[in-house]
Formats: sequence, C-alpha cells, structure tokens
Amino acid sequence: MDATDLARWQFGIVTVYHFLFVPITIGMAFLVAGFQTAWVRTGDEKWLKLTKFYGKLFLINFAMGVVTGIVQEFQFGMNWSEYSRFVGDIFGAPLAMEALLAFFLESTFLGLWIFGWDRLPKKIHLACIWIVAWGTVLSAAFILVANSWMQNPVGFKINTERGRAELTDFWAVLTNKVALITIPHTIAGAFLTGGGLVAAVAVWHLLRRPGRDTAAYRSAAKVGAWTTLVAMVALALTGDVQGKVMTEVQPMKMAAAEALYTTEQPAPFSLFTVGTLDGSRPVYALELPDLLSFLATGTFDGQVQGINDLQAEYEARYGPGDYKPNIPVTYWTFRLMIGFGALASLIALWVLWATRKGRAPDVHTRGGRLLLGGALALPLLPLLANSTGWIFTEMGRQPWIVFGQMKTAMAASPSVGSGDVITSMVVFTLLYGALAVVEVGLLLKYAKAGVPDVSPPPQAESDQDRPLAFAY
Amino acid sequence: MPLHTVWFLLIAVLFTGYFVLEGFDFGVGMLLPVLGRDDRERRVVINTIGPVWDGNEVWILTAGGAMFAAFPEWYATLFSGFYLPLLLILLALILRGVAFEYRGKRDDAVWKRRFDWCIVFGSVVPAFLWGVAFANIVRGVPLDADHQYTGNLFTLLNPYALLGGLTTLLLFLTHGAIFIALKTVGDIRQRANTLASRVGVAAALVAVVFLVWTVARHSTPLSVTFAVLAALCLVGGLIANRMPSRTDPQGRREGWAFTGTAAAIAFAVAALFATLYPDVLPSTVDPATNSLTVANASSTPYTLKIMTWVALVFTPIVLLYQGWTYWVFRKRIGTHHIPEPAPAPAHTEA
Repeated sequence: MDATDLARWQFGIVTVYHFLFVPITIGMAFLVAGFQTAWVRTGDEKWLKLTKFYGKLFLINFAMGVVTGIVQEFQFGMNWSEYSRFVGDIFGAPLAMEALLAFFLESTFLGLWIFGWDRLPKKIHLACIWIVAWGTVLSAAFILVANSWMQNPVGFKINTERGRAELTDFWAVLTNKVALITIPHTIAGAFLTGGGLVAAVAVWHLLRRPGRDTAAYRSAAKVGAWTTLVAMVALALTGDVQGKVMTEVQPMKMAAAEALYTTEQPAPFSLFTVGTLDGSRPVYALELPDLLSFLATGTFDGQVQGINDLQAEYEARYGPGDYKPNIPVTYWTFRLMIGFGALASLIALWVLWATRKGRAPDVHTRGGRLLLGGALALPLLPLLANSTGWIFTEMGRQPWIVFGQMKTAMAASPSVGSGDVITSMVVFTLLYGALAVVEVGLLLKYAKAGVPDVSPPPQAESDQDRPLAFAY
Repeated sequence: MPLHTVWFLLIAVLFTGYFVLEGFDFGVGMLLPVLGRDDRERRVVINTIGPVWDGNEVWILTAGGAMFAAFPEWYATLFSGFYLPLLLILLALILRGVAFEYRGKRDDAVWKRRFDWCIVFGSVVPAFLWGVAFANIVRGVPLDADHQYTGNLFTLLNPYALLGGLTTLLLFLTHGAIFIALKTVGDIRQRANTLASRVGVAAALVAVVFLVWTVARHSTPLSVTFAVLAALCLVGGLIANRMPSRTDPQGRREGWAFTGTAAAIAFAVAALFATLYPDVLPSTVDPATNSLTVANASSTPYTLKIMTWVALVFTPIVLLYQGWTYWVFRKRIGTHHIPEPAPAPAHTEA
C-alpha cells in the first residue's frame, strides 16, 4: 500500500467518523430549537424538559463534530497538497467562507445558548439556538458546494502554465446543479438522523419507564417520528433528481451503482445480486424491470450507458487507464443507503402507529418488545445510510479526485512519506476509537437519565451571588 | 495595494485574532492545575472561558481556510511540510475541546482528573508548537524548485524556532493568568495576579530575545517598530499587573494589564508578519527562486476579489457578535457562582 492509498484510507476513516456527528448536530439543532419554541409559545413545561434533555444529548454530540471537523480542514493540506495546489483557487473559497460565515455563528451562539439561560431575555436566548441551527445548514451548504465541484467541476479554466484550475465564475460554482440537489438531500438525511434519534430515545422511555413524563416523551416520539418520515420523503424526491443529475454528469457512477456493464434500454434495477459483480453472469439477481432507466433518465425505457462503453469512451477522451470505480463497493453502498433509510422510516411509521390516539406502547406485549428492538435500531440506521451514501458518492467518483480534471493518484502530498501517514492514521484511529467509547457512554447515560426536573432553583439573596444557570 | 498584499494583511489579522484570543484560552488551560486547587476552583478557572473558547478557536479555522483560498501554495507546502507538528496540534485541540465539554459530565474524580490533563496537554502543546511553526515560517525552511518541503521534523526543531515556541508558551501563560485575574473574584484572582507577575518577567525576557533575534534576521522599519511596541506593551501590561485596583483593594489593574498582554501578542504577531513580507514561506535553499511569496503563492485576482468582498462584509459582523458575547458574560465569577454538580442521573434498572 503506497502513501496515496494510506492517505485515502485515512480520509475515509476520519471523514466517515466526522460525518457520524454532523447529521445528528444539524437535525437535532432544529428539533431542540423547535422544542424550545414550543415552550416559549405555550409555556408548557414538557417542552422545556425536552429542550433541556435533548439539548444535552445535542451538546455531547456537537463537541465531537467540532473537534473532528478541525482535522477535515487541515488534512487537505497535510495529506493532499497537490490537490490543494490544483484546486485552491476554487475549493479554498467555500471553505474559508464556511469558517467565516458559519463556524463563527455556530460556535458563538451555541456558547450564548449553553451559558445564557439566565443572562439573556427568553426570546433572544431562543433566537440563539435558531441561529446555531441555521449556521449548521449554512456550513453544510458551503462544504457541499466544495464537494460538488469535485463531482462536477464548473466555472473554471485550466491554467497549464501554473498547473492549476482557476475560478472564472463563482456564481456557477455556487449554483452547480450537483450542489443544488446534494444540499437538500444531505440536509434531509440529517433530519432523518436527528428525528430518528429523538424518537428512539423517547420510545425507549415510554417502554422502559412507563408513567414517567409520558406527555413529554409522547410528544418527542411523535415529533421525531414525523421528522423521520417527512425526511424520508424528501430523501426519495431529492435522491431521484440526484440520480438523474448523476447520470448526466457522472454516468460511470450511475453504471457502477447498478454494476451495469453493457448499455441497456430499458435497464432493470437489481435489489441484490449473488455473484461477483465483475461483469460475468451473476449466480442470481432479483431485478425490477425498467427501474434503473427510470432512476437514471426519468422514463421507463430510457437508455442507461454501461461500464464497458463508458470505459471505452473515457479512454478515447482521457487516454489509456482504468476509469472504473470499485464496482462491488458502489453497487452495495448504493443499495444499503436506500435500504437503511427506508428501514428507519418504517420504524418511524411503526412508532406513530404505536402511539396513535393516546395509546402508549407496552413493553409487556410482544409488539412492545419488538418496538423496543426497533427503537434501538432507529438511531443507527440513518447513520449507516449517511455513511454508505457518502462512501458511494466518493468511491463512485474514482479514479478521479476532481472528475475529468485530476486523478486521485496525482493528488497526495509528495513530501509526506508513508511513515508519516501511518503515524497519523494510527493516532487518529486510536484517538477516535477511544472518543467513540466515551461519547457513546455519555450519550447512553444522559439518554437513560431522562428529562430533567425544571423547577426553578431557590433564589439567592442577591443577583451578584446567584450561581450560574450552567457551568462546565 | 495589490489584492495578494491585502490578503497577506488579512491572514495576519486572522492569526493575530487567533493568538490574542486563543492565547488566553491556552494560558487558562495550562494554569488549570496550578490555580485550581480543588474541583470547584478548577471549575471557576474553566468557566472563565466556558462560553467563548469555541468561538475563539474558529479564528484558526478561518485563518487556515483563508490561507487555502488566498494562497493555496502556501497552505499546501506548509501543511504538508509541517506534518507531524500539525498532527500534534490537532491531537491537542481534539482532546482539549472534548475535555471542556465532557469533564463535568460524570461526577467522578478520576474521570475529571483525566480530562484535566487533556486540557493541560491540549493547551501546552499548541501554545508551544504554534510558536515553533511561526518562527520557522519567518526563518524559512528548505524548499525545492516545486515548492515542496525537503526537510524533516528535526529541521523544524532549530534553536530559533524552539525559542519562538518558548516565547508563545510564556506569553500565553502570562496572558491567561491575567485573563483569569480579570474574570474572577477572591482568592483565585489574587493568586492569578501574583503568578502573572512572576511568569510575566520570564515571558518578557524570552520575548525580547526572540524579537531581537527576529528583527536581526531581516529587519524592516515596520518590523522593528512592531517589535518595540510589543515589548513596550508587555512591560506596560506587567506594570499594570502590579498596580492596585482603584475600586477593589484586593485586585490590581487587570483591565489594563490584559490590554497590555493582548496588544503585546498582537504586535509580536505583526512583527513576524512584517518580517516575513513579501515572502509567505522563504526557502533556505536557493531563496531567490524557491521561496514562496505573496505573488507566486496566491490565487487569481478574481478569487481574491470575491474573497475580499466577503471578508469586508462579514468580518465586522463577526467581530460585533463575538464582542457582544464577551459583554453578555462580562461578570466576574468565583467559587460561589459554581452550581452544584447536576445530581447524578438516578440509575434505576436499565
């Protein structure tokens, strides 16, 4: 394994890890903001309890997203210096803007929200969490603009003398059609994740701690489950458009998603395949006729280009080489992404059914015990869907780091040896592993603890001596 | 003024902001076991920066992003060349950030002690290594004709750079002690003031040697002016640190002392950038051809123009709301302000 392979593994590890926390942050920021808004509007204490309870889980998760995010910004320069030189004129701008416009908002207003319960007027305090929530979306939008440029480079020219891509139209980069559809898809994925987590924790309490704060948990379960369901609808709609955009700008990725070697019209979509996916006849494949044509083109008899034809086309255009991504990985991650997401939404539907019209699920029934299992799976399924989705997106772009412009093999840092990359990979893997144990431990502890008591503390004699509403 | 020079200035401003703000965060972190003699005191120390440390840290992310956008060659060469020190900085910042958030989440002395050490490690390491890194940037490193770094880890550990690291370490320590004095009441405040006086003298001596060495390498009227101002501000801050407060006999002139150390750090960073210009990363090998300069490392004027507009509009807004945060949390805190640890979640059956 050479330094580039190691650097790719490292990017995969730290980025997938980082993106476990990001969607939870985005989704839960809005749900917590919603709970707090409900409290400010209605004065019903259950919403305050939910705000504080889920707010705590949100913060435990947020810390991990922040610290693993620093690595993301540094590693382009550390491990991918040739990439950075090539794309910096274009790719750097959204990153800098993400920091200036979004990170400052998120971190500053989150500090105000955490510590400001007794320092800020109620409505201004509420505004802080909404600013944080929109900050997370802004942040996602900028980084997705940057990523979309790697999938579909637009608004640039190549300066051969400097050996780099140069920006010619920033508006084209911001309105890249891949970005415009990837942003809503990713945000919807974040809501699937946040909603699933909120619902799952609430259902666990309804089942395992019956009779305690039932009203609060019922509301949380319903809000979380509805969020998950609506998010799944949004994911399907945006994913559908994404497939068509992908067919247009990265046809090889679409062909790889189906392991479709020869151009077909109409093309079927296989739910799963038993076999090697190397183009030889599969042992068995469960196929839905014409569906891939619909996913790729919007018509049931559209033509979908196959891997072999695209390979020949790319060789003619870009010179000899292997232009196929890792087919088994793209094939399976694409299916798993859809499957995990769909399963999450089915569990959410079940949660709504079990809590309909004032009903409370009972753990002593078989349905209740099954639902408990569902509740345990519900927070994990969206995380798996997010991860497989991104692995598909990034692995499906290979061998390119910038589609059609720069190959991944050319992008790593020449001055960084394998030893350095191995060192950092070991450091990050061990550290991230240990932090995962700590983080999950804390999440479980605080999730099990349940909603807090929100009766106001006894007042001290003077304002000066009153203890802080919150302190580290 | 050419746009690449504007961006050189803006990046200098971003790093100045970072070192002034996160400088006291690092100092506070390093002093955690020194000034916090029991858990309640340690919580006072941490909570002096509780609401603001994360926002302060964004300055480095913005500086890094701006470097990537405005000077991709600088970003690429520097971050790949300074690989292992940056890895250590990342490790430190990760541990520190998590520790602030997680330390109080279990009522368990061992748990807390471990995270206290994460905070100390996470503050000492970057406080030292940022100085090493910036001294090396000013001093220059071996680059080849393709602007690739050709040295190794030990190239970076030269005496000038190590002195730079010691300078930032001591400056941030002093800055942090004065910040704690500025933000607390009672016993901690007095001990922080006393400590600041002692560490401050060492910081001043080391900083002066480092600044003299810096301007001796490559002096311009501007860099000399900044270096002198840095030294004067630091001395002024330390004098204020010894003067009794007019309102509170227990305290000293902490506001002025803090202004002094903040200005000293700002002018020291300015002196480094003034020494550096027009290079962004000089090469010690064939400097005339291999050095990275504002001209050969920068992005296109079109990118810089867009970035300039964005920076001009949004930087003042950021400064406004960050400043507002400091206003909201302006009150001093003491041990009596620290709430009891949240009652440990009652663990009934699971």
